[in-house]
Amino acid sequence: MNRNSKLLGIDNRYLPPLLITSILLVGQLSFGLLESFSRTALAIATAMATELILSRLVTGKYANLASAYISGISVGILLRSFDYWPYAVCSALAITSKYVLRWRGRHLWNPTNFSIVAMLILAPDYISTLSIQWGNTVWPMLIIWVLGAIIVWRVNRLHITGTYVVSFIALAFLRHLITGHPFLAEVAPITGPMYQLFIFFMITDPKTTVKPIWGQCLVAFLVAVVEMGLRLEQSIYAPFYALAIVGPIANVIEILWTSRAKVVPAQRVAAMA
Amino acid sequence: MELGQNQPPAGIKPAQVFVYCLFAALLCTPLAYRHIDPRRSASGAAVEKSALANYGLFLTESSQAAGIHFQHTSPHLDAKLDHIKQEVASMGAAVSIVDFDHDGLPDIYVTNSGEGSKNALYRNLGGGKFEDVAAQVGLADVNVEGTGVSMGAIWGDYDNDGYEDLFLYKWGKPELYHNDGGKHFTRVTEQAGLPAWVNANTAVWLDYDGDGKLDLFVGGYYDEHIDLWHLKDTKIMPLSFEYAENGGRKYLFHNLGGGRFEEVSEKMGISSRRWSLAAVAADLRGTGYPDLFVANDYGVSELFLNDHGHGFHEAGRQTGVGYAPKSGMTAAVGDVLNDGRFGIYVSNITEDGVLTQGNNFWMPKAGTSGDKIQYENMANAMGIENGGWSFGAQFGDLNNDGLEDLYVVNGDISLDRKQNYWYDFSKVAGGNKSIISDAANWPPLNGRSLGGYQQKKVWINDGAGGFREVAQLVGVTDVFDGRSVALADFENRGVLDAVVANQNGPLLYYRNSVAPGNNWIEFDLQGSKANRSAIGAHVTVFWKNQKQAQEVSGGSGFCAQNQRTLHFGLGKADGVERVEIRWPSGKVQTLTGPAVNQIHKIEEPA
Repeated sequence: MNRNSKLLGIDNRYLPPLLITSILLVGQLSFGLLESFSRTALAIATAMATELILSRLVTGKYANLASAYISGISVGILLRSFDYWPYAVCSALAITSKYVLRWRGRHLWNPTNFSIVAMLILAPDYISTLSIQWGNTVWPMLIIWVLGAIIVWRVNRLHITGTYVVSFIALAFLRHLITGHPFLAEVAPITGPMYQLFIFFMITDPKTTVKPIWGQCLVAFLVAVVEMGLRLEQSIYAPFYALAIVGPIANVIEILWTSRAKVVPAQRVAAMA
Repeated sequence: MELGQNQPPAGIKPAQVFVYCLFAALLCTPLAYRHIDPRRSASGAAVEKSALANYGLFLTESSQAAGIHFQHTSPHLDAKLDHIKQEVASMGAAVSIVDFDHDGLPDIYVTNSGEGSKNALYRNLGGGKFEDVAAQVGLADVNVEGTGVSMGAIWGDYDNDGYEDLFLYKWGKPELYHNDGGKHFTRVTEQAGLPAWVNANTAVWLDYDGDGKLDLFVGGYYDEHIDLWHLKDTKIMPLSFEYAENGGRKYLFHNLGGGRFEEVSEKMGISSRRWSLAAVAADLRGTGYPDLFVANDYGVSELFLNDHGHGFHEAGRQTGVGYAPKSGMTAAVGDVLNDGRFGIYVSNITEDGVLTQGNNFWMPKAGTSGDKIQYENMANAMGIENGGWSFGAQFGDLNNDGLEDLYVVNGDISLDRKQNYWYDFSKVAGGNKSIISDAANWPPLNGRSLGGYQQKKVWINDGAGGFREVAQLVGVTDVFDGRSVALADFENRGVLDAVVANQNGPLLYYRNSVAPGNNWIEFDLQGSKANRSAIGAHVTVFWKNQKQAQEVSGGSGFCAQNQRTLHFGLGKADGVERVEIRWPSGKVQTLTGPAVNQIHKIEEPA
């Protein structure tokens, strides 16, 4: 285990679950972030149960549940519905997508991103996403940004978050020029908690991001660009849709590029022989 | 961040086939659920015969036949707000019911909000006919430039002379009009000591200390220092979509007698700058004193519990109603389970696929009462959660089956049907306070709709803890931007009709037809030691092992007031065992076996 693998004695793998749990608890106790704990609990329990069952069925082993926990709690926080079933379906869909939407050993979509987008498309009359703020002062937002930044830095993903945030702000200025709407109105969405979950937990997912650092930064930038296009079309859920479009395309390109890079030297070796 | 998982082995195995099938099934679930969802609004043609057979009522929009020709207009406000004028000026259509001339028939007062526009007082001529007499009695020309415009009106006999007086609240100068024997109204604002300017969106009459004189609560929306026609700057909007506390102050005017009032809100423990849109006063804990529930836009609701007339303490968070912030726009109480307990209905915003706030129905938790009372939100469980962009709501037994039903009007801004403002609205609504609080940061509306053209909700109580939405089937098919709804038995025939005030739209008069066979009873109360309007009188009717409680209200819903006469449907019961009246003076009166299917005029015994 290298020097970066633990913080305060806590395995880096468990830092993101700890952060998102803290966000949930602080948000709920301070601001009534959730309508109730029960829906979020259902989302978490469904995600973890689905992960246990599917990993055992498909791989013969029980998977580490940190990933499923994050998926479940993200669904529990991000999703809004009067009903219980969308929380269960969305969580199960997120986990199941990891086992189905795969190509050459990799899953292509961030599971939560895929399931939220699927629900927005398939059940728009039953769900929406988180819209509540963190109070009306800047401090809760700053605390979460600082804590989140420290944690994504510990897991070597800060460059992704940074690239996206800088790109979003720059493109917000461009949107301001195009639409004539106030710059502050264009930049406003990134100050909300939905974006905090998006930039710390979705676009940084190691399993669904490309490998090279420059590639990760490029993908983050492209997500922001596609999001801008969608925003100009007045898509309320532009960031989710943008990641759902750009993420898998980037993964497919990388898979193809990597396999080509392996094939070409092998062909050369064969030709030389 | 999605962390580690195990790699599945190569090749497709039966287990993987199962996973694929599960995945497909999950994707299909929303489509399947849509077909079996029991709470989806009923649709179909509104046919009177089948509506009467199935739901026991049919509502016919009869304003033209009734002689009601009223069109609401919005104000223009300061030019600095032109880009979002329709959003800012989205309120002001209000309706309240009063028998102002004591002829035994409820009349209708409706407010207008354009600068120079006229309010109307529709005198009930009987037989479902009305005539506007506002100009004759001096209540029409009340939106004169420089004095602000009407937002709502409530009626109460503040001087106990037997005639209902009018308090008119505005974005502007609040006004008190004395009823001179049902013939004319005299403006008495100055003598009353009311403030020079309040941007109010709610007010209720209540006798909070039980002294027999009606007091007055007024809730501010915009800060009272703001004149919306002469803005210094555009920093007038809420600091937050959920946690704003930069709205108008609250006022509690204690009635000193002699037409004078003293402002005592701070002294009585009511101190808030939330953006109030609705208030209702009712004895929620059986103390004999009215508690005060305030529904706030951009934040949590507040519940001011009455300390036996000596003051109030805010208990929203303690009781559970002031925890999750929403966009409170109505406050109405109803005993929907026939167990003598009042639930409080609060309307909020829901737009499918965009915003899921849901309306709240706060029911007392079992086993809690008094100072330890706790509420839980039962709107979802009862099926009355999704009312769209809801505004006014009222409880009333619309089909006389012995259970209180719920009528909700909705719709914010109906302009271009094909373009909506939701995207731009959501941008600023989620922003930090420095962004959202400045109207200059709000993108222009440009003729787009926001939560417009919505179908109203008529929820019929099924008697088993649930409601069924039947608006389209029982004749409520309008899609105007509904603001205020009030219920009254306009023809004294034991049937509740509905009047709906629409923003930038007509006043609608829904005449109700009820299936024959159900019985009813009504009580027209008059206080003697208590205030003459009997506001706060608590009536419980006992029949066939059931009991239903109602209270005479000095204002409820959104900018509305129902008739003071209390209406109880009784279903097939052909008799009532007893009726218990708890007067605001503390006196308790019991009526044994009163006749059904008639209106009982009851005066408080000496």
